Amino acid sequence: MAANPPIQVIGLRKAFGAHVVLDDVSLEVRPGEAVALVGPNGAGKTTVLRILATLLRPSRGTARVAGYDCAQETERVRAHVGLLAHGTWVYEDLTPLENLKFWATLGGLPRGLDALHGALAAVDLDRVADERVRTFSLGMKRRLALARVVLARPPVLLLDEPHAGLDQRAGKWLDGHLGGFKAAGGAILMTTHSFGRGLGVADRIAILTAGRLAFDAPLHGLTPDDVRRLYELHAENGG
Amino acid sequence: MTYARRTWIVLWKDLLSERRSKETLNALFFFALLLLFLFQFALGADRERLTAALPGLLWLGFILSGLVGLGRAFLAERENDCWEGLLLVPGDKSAIYLGKVAGNLILMLLVEAILLVLFAVFFDIDLGAHPIRLIVVIGLGTLGFAAVGTLFAAMTAHVRAREVLFPVLLLPVQVPVLLGAVKATEAVLLGEPLSAVGHWLGLLAAADTIYLTVGVLTFDAILEA
Repeated sequence: MAANPPIQVIGLRKAFGAHVVLDDVSLEVRPGEAVALVGPNGAGKTTVLRILATLLRPSRGTARVAGYDCAQETERVRAHVGLLAHGTWVYEDLTPLENLKFWATLGGLPRGLDALHGALAAVDLDRVADERVRTFSLGMKRRLALARVVLARPPVLLLDEPHAGLDQRAGKWLDGHLGGFKAAGGAILMTTHSFGRGLGVADRIAILTAGRLAFDAPLHGLTPDDVRRLYELHAENGG
Repeated sequence: MTYARRTWIVLWKDLLSERRSKETLNALFFFALLLLFLFQFALGADRERLTAALPGLLWLGFILSGLVGLGRAFLAERENDCWEGLLLVPGDKSAIYLGKVAGNLILMLLVEAILLVLFAVFFDIDLGAHPIRLIVVIGLGTLGFAAVGTLFAAMTAHVRAREVLFPVLLLPVQVPVLLGAVKATEAVLLGEPLSAVGHWLGLLAAADTIYLTVGVLTFDAILEA
């Protein structure tokens, strides 16, 4: 399994009835690499992540994580993936510490107090570890969701607009964390609408438009203006 | 050990959330109070009629308040998409089901205890003559109700018309439990020993076992659906 790319998508198609959301999408993310998936609303970015996370089954084609088929070997895939979705998966009447304890116990992760406090400290939530989440802002809930991912330490991260709702400090921390994750050989596939911070940690950009992959190339040497022009060319003009 | 720990953490989460919010318990308490007022108005002071109807009224109260409580069983999982998280947790999902059943069972038993006290006060009747027998019957009946109710609550959690669909699906399946529970409760209130209603208790135990087994075996598929 060592030769398998952490994320591999081949000829992926997803249709909900007559509505085709993804059509013939192929993509690969290598170890130590971060790919930013960009595109207009409804282009199918989140659908790609949900198929890779085993939340949706593809209509056709193959999606693999660490060599495991996302449609057939869901349990193995789930053991390799950390998903940061739009929903934060936090229980409002529990504290951050209790939320982490819950997910850690359920997922068989480290659940000692030191590990839990460490994950909360990483996202700067340690000082409110015993306050109820119901009082938190969306950004704080997103940080708590990130703490859950930090605790899990999966080899593959699927991040749906990870910078959304984060303040400057949290965004900076996230970039640093993702940089460290890549350096340790982790693979990241993330969606973003931000050409600034969102692309900061990305090595490659893939532009998805109307369910098709219109552009996929390394970011190296491209300025934010170049990226914006590419996006306008491929996404806003419909490829 | 891991399975038991996973079951426990779901139960712990549900009880802790309920202790803090008291949303379900408060709603059920006032609903039970309302039911008792209705029963009081409907039956008046006729003790003979009350005695004959008491087992049915008790279980009607349990079932109606249980429907309200169970209908909210996965509300917290829908908030912030926690359902997705449960789905993606590696390992046997039936531990989550058993934790939810245990949480619902405890909550329902608590409401039933309150209802029993309110019944005794409202109708001036002695329900404490044979407490152990009553606890056995109510415990068996409530376990079956919680087991299948939790399963159906999960099935309908993402259905748009769940408020309608949930009781419509659940009540027909509850017939064996209701039948056994009402008959056994009637006998206990008349002072008969449990051995006299062994066949009804057998029906309740069998229904509990079947419902729990079906829940354990199918919860993973329901979560994925």
